[in-house]
Amino acid sequence: MDRLVFLLATGVARGAVFALFALSLVIVWRAARVVNFAQGAMAVVAVFVAFGVTAATGSYWLGLGSALLTGAVLGVVVERGVMNHVPAGNPLPGMIVAIGLVMVLQSGLGMLFGPQHRPMAAPFDERPFQVGGVPVLSPYDVFVLVVAVVVMGVLALLFTRTSLGLQLRASAFAPEVSRLLGVRVPRMLTIGWVLSSAVAALAALLLVPTELGLNAHSADMLFVHAFTVAVVGGLDSPVGALLGGLVVGVLMTLVTGYLGATVAPVAVLVLLATVLLVRPAGIFAAIEARQA
Amino acid sequence: MSHHRTSRCVAAAATALAVAALAACSVPEPEAEAAAAPGVTDTTVTVGTHQPLTGPAAAGYSSISAATKAYFDYVNDKGGINGRTIEYVVKDDGYNPATTQTVVRELVQEDEVFAVLNGLGTPTHSSVLDFLHQNEVPDLFVASGSTGWNEPETYPNTFAFNADYVTEGAALGQYAADELTGKAACVLGQDDDFGTEFLEGVELALGADGLTDVQTYSVSNQDVTAQIGAMKAAGCEVVMLATVNGFTALAIGTAAQLGWFPRWLSSSSGGDYPTLVGFLGEENGPKLLQGFVSTNYLPMADDEWVELFRQINDDHNGGAPFDGNTIYGMSVGYLFAEALAMAGEDPTRESLVEAIESGKLVGNGVVPLAFGPDDHAAFRGVGITMVNEGVQDFVGTTYSVDAETVEAVEPQPVPLENEGVPAP
Amino acid sequence: MNRVLPQVTGTPRILLGGLALAFLGIAVTFVLDPYRNYQLAIVAAYFCATAGLSVLVGLTGQLSLGHAALMAAGGYGYALAASLVDGMADGGPGTSGDEGTSVVRVLAGLAGAVVVSGVLGLLLGLAGARLRGPYLAGLTLALVIALPAVTAVLRGVLGGDQGLRAPYEDVPPALERLVALEQWHAWIAILAASVAATGLVLLRRSRAGLQMRAVHGDETAARLSGVPAGRVKVVAFVASAVSAGLGGAVLCLVTQSVSPGAYSLAFSLLLVVAAVVGGLGSLGGAAVGSAVVVLLPWLIESVTTALDLPADLQQRLSGNLAVLVFGALLVVVTLAWPGGAAGALAARRAARSQQPPLTER
Repeated sequence: MDRLVFLLATGVARGAVFALFALSLVIVWRAARVVNFAQGAMAVVAVFVAFGVTAATGSYWLGLGSALLTGAVLGVVVERGVMNHVPAGNPLPGMIVAIGLVMVLQSGLGMLFGPQHRPMAAPFDERPFQVGGVPVLSPYDVFVLVVAVVVMGVLALLFTRTSLGLQLRASAFAPEVSRLLGVRVPRMLTIGWVLSSAVAALAALLLVPTELGLNAHSADMLFVHAFTVAVVGGLDSPVGALLGGLVVGVLMTLVTGYLGATVAPVAVLVLLATVLLVRPAGIFAAIEARQA
Repeated sequence: MSHHRTSRCVAAAATALAVAALAACSVPEPEAEAAAAPGVTDTTVTVGTHQPLTGPAAAGYSSISAATKAYFDYVNDKGGINGRTIEYVVKDDGYNPATTQTVVRELVQEDEVFAVLNGLGTPTHSSVLDFLHQNEVPDLFVASGSTGWNEPETYPNTFAFNADYVTEGAALGQYAADELTGKAACVLGQDDDFGTEFLEGVELALGADGLTDVQTYSVSNQDVTAQIGAMKAAGCEVVMLATVNGFTALAIGTAAQLGWFPRWLSSSSGGDYPTLVGFLGEENGPKLLQGFVSTNYLPMADDEWVELFRQINDDHNGGAPFDGNTIYGMSVGYLFAEALAMAGEDPTRESLVEAIESGKLVGNGVVPLAFGPDDHAAFRGVGITMVNEGVQDFVGTTYSVDAETVEAVEPQPVPLENEGVPAP
Repeated sequence: MNRVLPQVTGTPRILLGGLALAFLGIAVTFVLDPYRNYQLAIVAAYFCATAGLSVLVGLTGQLSLGHAALMAAGGYGYALAASLVDGMADGGPGTSGDEGTSVVRVLAGLAGAVVVSGVLGLLLGLAGARLRGPYLAGLTLALVIALPAVTAVLRGVLGGDQGLRAPYEDVPPALERLVALEQWHAWIAILAASVAATGLVLLRRSRAGLQMRAVHGDETAARLSGVPAGRVKVVAFVASAVSAGLGGAVLCLVTQSVSPGAYSLAFSLLLVVAAVVGGLGSLGGAAVGSAVVVLLPWLIESVTTALDLPADLQQRLSGNLAVLVFGALLVVVTLAWPGGAAGALAARRAARSQQPPLTER
């Protein structure tokens, strides 16, 4: 029973990070109708920058800020510099270009920083609180959860209550009509990419301290997990991303805990395949969105 | 019409020319001459290796070949062996067996190396055993603790170097039995031969039912919280680790987060103190690693060999970080140089293999070398090391392991002679 | 090419073409040294997978990021089947190796490869038929990432990280004096590649191929015209999977081993690069792409070694530089020359003859 509680708590903490990353995939999907396969690699670049800034200044928060900034800048660069030139209408070239970007970014990082894993320190204690003798969440885990919920809340408000959010949604859903109504559609597209990239950078930054260390390939599994979350929750649904994140996080931790770490990637594959075959556009996705 | 015919003729001619060029720059050599001593000239000896310089496994091992090369540079500066300098060709295989196949073929067929030295990795090197055997290339001092390199019947030219995982597991298990008697013992192992053979060794010492819990981890999953949690719940007091450095640190760190501090006994593959401190941080590392037990069969801490190696590292290795890998790489270089010296004035592949099988090689370990015509293993025992107040050193206990038994023996370190350059 | 034997058309022409290419390949092996023949065999194996992937993506628009896993399936199928036959031979495993190549063993291995990769391709195809582009890509991505875990979970059969060994096929005694080992293996690889290529070309020109292009162009319209879109996509997937499986089997035969490390995500992406650079849908392009993907890293390695850089920098560049170049190639080719090498060649030919290019895809 103790073990179960511990695993559930750890699962929730992991799930929050997956949910955040999945949210970034949802944002870019809603803004540009593209699954950004390069999201993980772009996020890792931002984390490397944060690592460097923290090492130079000694401040985690400055590092966090620089990660967000780098993510945003990368979003602009990738969207304006590369994705803009991809012929629309067919998702294939966009995916292939994203794959090419992943290769360029990861090999570039490998050349600049080498293959070793660089351990990153967390800003808060990683020792869990004990509730009735059972380790539950650590201060750091709580921090991660809080950040994830706050960011999701802010983005939800942005999309539903602000004029900018309305413009973003309109540009994605009906670009021609929006343009006629005076919405600067290309700018909305860029903003979508910027938001998505910054959120992904944040998620990766939150994840890395709990792992072996920072490395060019740190976000590979994160991308697969987050993609699974986005599929489970539906690429169109932010709420789906949150719930999906919790589900996948808890599931993966339970699998690792009871069946062993070896089984984990297989479990992700099985989960992904099952959801895709039963509900090809996700459990929470709206029916209309599936046709897009 | 003639336009097209001309262009087709041109194309055909160009193709023919290209093929001829390709063939010309790759003319196969006549068999007889090259057979006896490829890679050996009057002034040089060329050996090659395959190492993971890039990819997920590189982090732990990429510095080894640089250290070996530095040692060879040192020897070359002192006149080489029997008047020949040693050239070391290092090829990256990214820990991918398919790439290993390619680069080893390059080494043998293109670079025509005299021998392959210190090929690293169990899955990677296993894939080239047959090729090296078929081409009768001496395959020396494989960098892996698998027991698969000691098969003189099937692979007469392959020789091991690392003390194998069974030996390490048995030694650590026996140490737990002798010094930590009565404490619940567990094993956390990698989910491959490394883990299974290590476990075999531990069970040799403690018996099949001497363990309270056994957990495994996979390198593809960097989260061991579940496994640590399980061992803590099972009440383990001593944890034996068949883990690579990164995962040793991960295990210790995760356990500390859970407020659990068992006694850690680790295989040498994941027991290098400076590397672990690098992962755990300068602040927490020394505290968490106080009392950390591991094994080693090469010199360490305040030893004359280590001093020499530090000097060589400064002079010939661009002042790269000095850790267990550096000592390992240079020790391998030393052993090869010794074998080469013993192979005679005009070494051939046969004389090299004979020299090793003669059993007269001494090496520089704390346990005598076991090479012989029927035994291609190097170290059949290991010394126990411990970290005390930031220093990792031998505690004096040494175990020798054979098929059935584990025996405590006296360590027999080799004194440094001739400034670390083997004399013929 | 069309001027040679113009009276032979259709399927017999394609079969003859396949045979001719095979003979050409075999002739080439005589002028190459053992290492180059080994490289040729590897290129042929990669070609099988690249050709399959190229046809799949080019004709039906389904992007698979996990074709390495399909090659692996073929490799494991080969190793398991061949070892099984080997074990059943008189005297136990390893004894038939002394007499050269055991045709039974090789054929059994190839059959095993085809079956395993075909089944996996069927499963993926069935999934792919229901999924839109990015979802299928994500599924195949998860598959190739899960491959090491799958082999570890099924360690008893698949051997985990270590992988499996396949029986060693030596040169038959009759040809021993004439042919070297690597050359013999190259022959087998070239034959397999010709079979795969011929099969794919036949598929492309068949009714099924036409249906595939219809579905790719406009699925709704195709469905309305009575084309069973789902089934068509599945057929395409299975064909490309079997082709990849053949490639994996060849790799296993030539290297006598199969392991998950050889079929990583990086390798899968490399196959995508090969298919795109060569030109999606074009088999000639697949051949060019495969050659580029095998030879370019070797070229880059030679250049960086020649530059005599400090060891640390050299280490960092090695491996990574090739990947960087490939990634850049992928982006540039997709944006500037979407038809790849084949497309550029066709455009040039069309421009020269001042006729609209035949969409010979």
